Amino acid sequence: MSGKQQSELLLEVSDIHVYYGAIHAIKGISFDVRPGEIVALIGANGAGKSTTLNTIAGLLKPRSGSIRFKGENVTGTPASRMVFKGLALCPEGRRIFQQMTVKENLEMGAFSRPNTEIASAMEDVFTRFPRLKEREKQVAGTLSGGEQQMLAMGRALMGKPDLLMLDEPSMGLAPILVEQIFAIIGELHAAGTTILLVEQNAQMALSVADRAYVLETGTIGMSGQAAELLNDDAVRKAYLGH
Amino acid sequence: MAFLSSLVNGLSLGSIYAIIALGYTMVYGIAKMLNFAHGDVIMVGAYIAFCGAQYWGLPPVLCVLCAMAVCTVLGVTIERLAYRPLRQATSLAVLITAIGMSYLLQNLALQIWGANPKSFPTDLIAFPNLSLFSGQLKVSGVTVVTVLANLVIMVALTFFTGKTKMGKAMRCVSEDRGAAELMGINVNRTISMTFAIGSALAAIAGVLLCTAYPTLQPTTGSMPGIKAFTAAVFGGIGSIPGAMVGGLLLGIIEILSRAYISTELADAIVFAVLIVVLLVRPTGLLGKQVREKV
Repeated sequence: MSGKQQSELLLEVSDIHVYYGAIHAIKGISFDVRPGEIVALIGANGAGKSTTLNTIAGLLKPRSGSIRFKGENVTGTPASRMVFKGLALCPEGRRIFQQMTVKENLEMGAFSRPNTEIASAMEDVFTRFPRLKEREKQVAGTLSGGEQQMLAMGRALMGKPDLLMLDEPSMGLAPILVEQIFAIIGELHAAGTTILLVEQNAQMALSVADRAYVLETGTIGMSGQAAELLNDDAVRKAYLGH
Repeated sequence: MAFLSSLVNGLSLGSIYAIIALGYTMVYGIAKMLNFAHGDVIMVGAYIAFCGAQYWGLPPVLCVLCAMAVCTVLGVTIERLAYRPLRQATSLAVLITAIGMSYLLQNLALQIWGANPKSFPTDLIAFPNLSLFSGQLKVSGVTVVTVLANLVIMVALTFFTGKTKMGKAMRCVSEDRGAAELMGINVNRTISMTFAIGSALAAIAGVLLCTAYPTLQPTTGSMPGIKAFTAAVFGGIGSIPGAMVGGLLLGIIEILSRAYISTELADAIVFAVLIVVLLVRPTGLLGKQVREKV
């Protein structure tokens, strides 16, 4: 049973090409994510990490190539449908609903779920992020940066996704908060959540991930076990700064 | 007592502006566009109610419901055919399209109903006149119904956007379309819904307007439309309570200017007040000044 699950891919991206107008942003990348894994996409600014996530989420359409999720071809499915299939993207820059309360933000995260499941999902999120419980009635725009990141992650978890995609969760956060966010990512992993993580902070990403792919201007340069990449000289030089 | 009477009239006119302004402000808030054809949807609603009463022999309630149904379909159709294909276009292209749509509706009405003004049946809204302060202040039934309708619509919309799933989805789309999609919200459907609500309200406004000022012609909707748009900006475009406050204030200022300053200058005064308010508060009275946190 578990052997079969391991061999089945949760997400399979095959040779996708994505354009912004005339700009060829993603030039044929392929990778996969298996159930229970944390897979990291690392790379420099502008390598196409966020574009890749946005394409999988359905916000962008690939010009060619295919995306399979849970065995189903979902290439070109709009974002609002992908959520119902069990995919959540916690977007770059968090993009929480600033004028709504923390509670309302979380409720919207469960838009794709039946109303009866909202209360229990919210309990789970509050257990994971006690700070959000304290701020429940506060307007989201008044939260600190770290709290906003927690809210964005909590909101994505409200839909109980089969695959959680995190785009730059550490962006703009103080080092202590980065540690905290990555500790939470580790906890989510331990609880069985499958995560596809995009990070500029390659050190942190590789230390929490099982496997990783290195993106270089729209193509995949290297890939492998995160621990191996962490010790790879080329990766160290290019992305870890030592 | 004359002052009180003017105030009541202003409240009544302002309520009509407020109901129209809601259509502008909701569409602006959610679809990020100015729907200049909104005023003409009011005119269509009034004509449908007129036909219902005059030609089809419908009871008043059915006339209003019929007008609401036709306007809802009209509003959604306009959005689907004219605005949706321009979702990615510049806002100027959308604005020009909306102005074109406004003239299209006016000219279609001219074709269908002719240029001669129709006199709108004032008995469509049958509500007893009120007599207050031992007969010194008379409030017409239409005024009472108009003010009550405005209140009911405000309470209903506040509940809808604050408590229901669909209403909250609208607020999400209004704040961040992409993030709303990531929640599973169908943005196109949400925008259609907004046009449906705004247009149904326009039909109600059309009936109330023409009962109070019973001359109906193809251009009937344009001036109230522009005034209501002004009211929406005045109150803070995008804000539902702003539309209420803006509409009421505009109506009261207009009627009081007419009564105490000059009938001819009333409109000029209204727009002068708008300019002053915008100079002091560029986002309008209740407009949100959102500060981004990085």
